[in-house]
Amino acid sequence: MSVATQPIPIFPPTAAIPLRAMPLAPLSLALTAACRRISRAHPGLIRRLGEHDHCAFALDPTDLPVVLLLEPNGGVPRLRVMRGEVASDARISGPLAALIGLVHGAFDGDALFFSRDLVISGDTGAALALRNAVDDAELDLAEEFSAMTGPLAAPMRRIFAMAERRTGVALTRPEEAGTW
Amino acid sequence: MVMEIVCPAGTPAALRAAVKAGAHTVYCGFNDETNARNFPGLNFDRSEMREGIRFAHAHGAKVLVAINTFPSAGNEALWHRAVADAEACGADAIILADIGLLDYAARHHPGQRRHLSVQAAAANADMINFYAGTFGVKRVVLPRVLSVPEIAAINAETGVETEVFVFGGLCVMAEGRCSLSSYVTGRSPNMNGVCSPASHVDYHEENGVLDARLGGYTIHRTGNGESAPYPTLCKGCFGAGEKAGHLFEDPVSLNAEKLIPQLHKAGVTALKIEGRQRSRSYVAQVVRNFRAAVDALEDGRPLPEGMLAGLSEGQAMTTGAYKKTWR
Amino acid sequence: MQLTVGPNQFFWPAARWRDFYDDVAASPAERVVLGELVCSKRMPFYQDCIPGAVERLQGAGKAVALTSLALITLKRERKAMAELAEMGVEVEVNDLTALAYLPEGAAFSVGPLVNAYNEGTLGWLAGRGATRVCLPPELPLQSVETLARKGRDLGVEIEVWGHGRVPLAISGRCYHARLHGRTKDNCQFACEDDPDGLDVRTLEDQPFLAMNGVQTLSDSFACMAHQVAALRDAGVTALRLSPQSHGFAALCGWYRDLLEGRMSAGALVAAVQAAQPDVRLSDGFLTGERGVAWSGARGAA
Repeated sequence: MSVATQPIPIFPPTAAIPLRAMPLAPLSLALTAACRRISRAHPGLIRRLGEHDHCAFALDPTDLPVVLLLEPNGGVPRLRVMRGEVASDARISGPLAALIGLVHGAFDGDALFFSRDLVISGDTGAALALRNAVDDAELDLAEEFSAMTGPLAAPMRRIFAMAERRTGVALTRPEEAGTW
Repeated sequence: MVMEIVCPAGTPAALRAAVKAGAHTVYCGFNDETNARNFPGLNFDRSEMREGIRFAHAHGAKVLVAINTFPSAGNEALWHRAVADAEACGADAIILADIGLLDYAARHHPGQRRHLSVQAAAANADMINFYAGTFGVKRVVLPRVLSVPEIAAINAETGVETEVFVFGGLCVMAEGRCSLSSYVTGRSPNMNGVCSPASHVDYHEENGVLDARLGGYTIHRTGNGESAPYPTLCKGCFGAGEKAGHLFEDPVSLNAEKLIPQLHKAGVTALKIEGRQRSRSYVAQVVRNFRAAVDALEDGRPLPEGMLAGLSEGQAMTTGAYKKTWR
Repeated sequence: MQLTVGPNQFFWPAARWRDFYDDVAASPAERVVLGELVCSKRMPFYQDCIPGAVERLQGAGKAVALTSLALITLKRERKAMAELAEMGVEVEVNDLTALAYLPEGAAFSVGPLVNAYNEGTLGWLAGRGATRVCLPPELPLQSVETLARKGRDLGVEIEVWGHGRVPLAISGRCYHARLHGRTKDNCQFACEDDPDGLDVRTLEDQPFLAMNGVQTLSDSFACMAHQVAALRDAGVTALRLSPQSHGFAALCGWYRDLLEGRMSAGALVAAVQAAQPDVRLSDGFLTGERGVAWSGARGAA
């Protein structure tokens, strides 16, 4: 873990350029499909959201020109990629690397927050529930995306591979069992 | 005997991470107001608890179940059920604070080992011996108001095992005896298992200045580039008389790793890490660090230097009340 | 309903302390708890006055109890508490440690700083000899009702925090000393300058809390004027009034008048506000969303 010792990598602005013009609807569809698969495979995710399972969460990678709007919908989640102002109940902002590192358990949410790499606004309780639910699910996004099918699967995988190379962002779950 | 590392687990994933990282013992709670970390998205349902305990036992680790809030009047059955279910799940001990519940557990579940929670704030040997004699308590988690010599004196006067906090969030008030949170939010550690709950927190950022409010009261204001503590109200920035600042406690977290040899000498049995609300990555890192420290102590090697600063609130550390000047 | 005068939470010079209990002896309160609750370092300054005050109060027909400290850690504090148990006056336990010194079966009362939240705890305390319990101030009315019913079954009087700054926390650390850049051992009794506690305000200058040595209190003064009927219906048998440096005797009189139906809740509140123009009142722990809430603000009267 490297919270305090290394700065969080920032997504290179040039690599983010395609996202400014790219049509977002197909991407949203693909991400929603991936999200539904994840929530089926990890029922604890929705359960842990508890009373917050109908909130709208804006996940705002500050180094990308888009915002992800996650709506768990009580178990039928939707994940949309959006540009511009996005209304939500809770918003978690930070570099993409911090958001993904959080999902992978590479970073500690509180530590990122104390260092202000992460900023939470709106319903803090809902944001906390999401953080805790995701931490328990032990997700591996690279694996989840490699399980994707359909016309967008191949380009998505390429984008992720490139992102990982260019940014040093941990897109796959690090080995946690150090002494195991 | 090697000092026991007791670590937090807010989720089954954190429990597994703690066990894999070398925790001797893990503590956790059910997902309701019976435990003092009743935060959104945290804690264990009954089957997760059973499975978590099975996993820990299979790897030689123990599990303590914290049932350490104060049962609310008219609703004690919820706490009674938690005690029964913890025993049924195979808990190695239950951690209790309320005398009514201790009495209940001693009478109805005499075979279940009982620890006294820090929420009971048993701060002297007379009280500890009283709990041991009356309710058969085998271990007490000492409140964070004691200095190391005072802990040594307690251990000299009692046969009850002592467990002390060595890392994590720090209550500046005597635990279990604080209503600051419910005064401002209506929800308290004693009754609801939450302090300064996230549901009552709002952040407001303007021109890089981040205001953190709790129940509408500004608890903290952080300038551009400064680290941002969670608005725990006793660690806020306030004014009194002519002065302003952190009147109660700085936004620091406890790190007593350098005091481990002294705590060992003081007769302490177990070292406790705070943070059931923290991530599995936090748990794994802190546990590895402290496990290495107690193993080094046991082998007579010098203690490894800590690397835990980034995990701390406000990224600053204190040895807290263990040094008397803290008072 | 009875009126109990709780132990003074603040550090007053001996002369003020003595005068205060002379006034209380003449007040309409039925019961008085006195002694040092907050800090053992204050005791040498006035403990010689205690036996005389007990005598005067008893002579005036008051039931009298001596409080334990709220947080007992040091050896000399343990010794002082053991001696307290032998003074022949009822002890009000405000730290369960004090129980360890009471002979098994001896009658005692329990103060608001002991965590009596539920029937199990109340039953256990009654079994040990508790005859009266002043409930923790943070309890909601629903809990108070349940415990008052249980108290009636057990023969335990149930008392509720009635008026005064609410004790919210106790610590090993002295905030007055910290504010003055001193250690607790060398505090030079900074808390003596603030006979009702020192106001703590937020960065936006909003009144918030009050510090009193190792204790933290609410900024607002609890005032159960609007709650008396509900408390009486619940079976609560006493209201606790917490000492303040000015106008306390009058306050006792107003509450007595309120309980006897000679004064309305609205008139009591108006009298309190006239006597203490900048006072902020609260009764939110009982029926509000949070402790600081005040039912008077909703226009109740």
